[in-house]
Amino acid sequence: MIRKTVWIGGLLATVMLATLLLSAGSPRSSAKTPQPATAEVKVDNFSFGPATLTVPAGTTVTWTNRDDIPHTIVSTDKVFKSKVLDTDEKFSFTFAKAGTYPYFCSIHPKMTGSVVVQ
Amino acid sequence: MAKKNKDEILHDHNNDGIDRRGFLKCMAWAGTGALCVMEGGILKSYSLSRVGEISAKEMAGELSFVQISDSHMGFNKPANPDVAETLKSAVEKINGLSRAPEFMLHTGDLSHLSKPEEFDTVDQILKSASAKDVFFVPGEHDVLNDDGKSYFERYGKNAKGGGWYSFDKKGVHFMGLVNVMNLKAGGLGTLGHEQLEWIEDDVQHLKHSTPIVVFAHIPLWSIYPEWGWGTEDSAQALAYLKKFGSVTVLNGHIHQTMQKVEGNVTFHTAASTAFPQPQPGKADSPGPMKVPAEQLKSVLGITNVNYVQGRQALGVVDSTLA
Repeated sequence: MIRKTVWIGGLLATVMLATLLLSAGSPRSSAKTPQPATAEVKVDNFSFGPATLTVPAGTTVTWTNRDDIPHTIVSTDKVFKSKVLDTDEKFSFTFAKAGTYPYFCSIHPKMTGSVVVQ
Repeated sequence: MAKKNKDEILHDHNNDGIDRRGFLKCMAWAGTGALCVMEGGILKSYSLSRVGEISAKEMAGELSFVQISDSHMGFNKPANPDVAETLKSAVEKINGLSRAPEFMLHTGDLSHLSKPEEFDTVDQILKSASAKDVFFVPGEHDVLNDDGKSYFERYGKNAKGGGWYSFDKKGVHFMGLVNVMNLKAGGLGTLGHEQLEWIEDDVQHLKHSTPIVVFAHIPLWSIYPEWGWGTEDSAQALAYLKKFGSVTVLNGHIHQTMQKVEGNVTFHTAASTAFPQPQPGKADSPGPMKVPAEQLKSVLGITNVNYVQGRQALGVVDSTLA
């Protein structure tokens, strides 16, 4: 009996995992809150677009520098910090925990943005 | 911007003496050079087209030096695909001055990405200048990695803890300041508590008649805070210099020449040797401004400064690379 229970539990977990993977991989029109696994922020004209990005936990956010001038992506609370991004270079960070993550460009500190993780 | 007349000065104070407590903001742009002669804190500016009318005596002095800025070695985008060539042009311009300057000041952003090979190229080009000594302060592009290790190892050997220093030349006290480190989110350039204390201490024993020249990368006056063109705690630094009759502040960062007089202080920003940036607020962002190739050198330049001993006079002359 004990063995059977464990097996059923394992099957259930597998099915749940498959469902999760499916929902993450393909957009579902019926879903109340879409859960993209990735999101983009453009660094352009000395600003972040969007300046405030709201994503579900677990999302990987990628910043791409579209300016002719280097920028950095530095968390105000020291959660993440990119190297210097020259033109077209990218930086990614995966937000595991919910919260608000303000960040700025340490070279041009007037450039500020934030990622809200739900 | 590039269509402006070659000698246009937006605010023409050419014929005015400026009241000591008065306020002058003059701007030189796009091919304009301005000669500024300062005496006892009073500054007169002339269009470069009128230089011929100014006596040699006024232009000469006990001490003359050149300011260059924002060479951005390593930058290769359309705004200037060959910044090494334009820096060489700046050196040629310096070597062509009727009187060899005593030394050069470089007000930062020597490099574009703080790479050792970028600093190497700058050093190599500046070696051919008639003025052998160069005094540097870092721009934010020079200290991108490891708290500016590659810059300070090279240029900060004789500097204080944070990279700032002072020296005296023919009775003029020069102070090289660092305002590009530890920038805070949403903020401007920063000098920081430690450097402010050093400034107070450094000038404590100087006579009030000593002319002071302060040079730093980001402007020490609020030009356009929206673009970060200012320094958070510059007012405190300037307060320590209030007792002096003549204070000249030389900055870079904004890639265009601007001048202002406020009380005893004359502020001046130098053109870039690499690429121009837009006038404050006249574009969506302060990014590099692309001008037609044949006009590029008219928006790049060098600044020549003359000091006449005994008259406390500094004459500031901007000239373009064209």
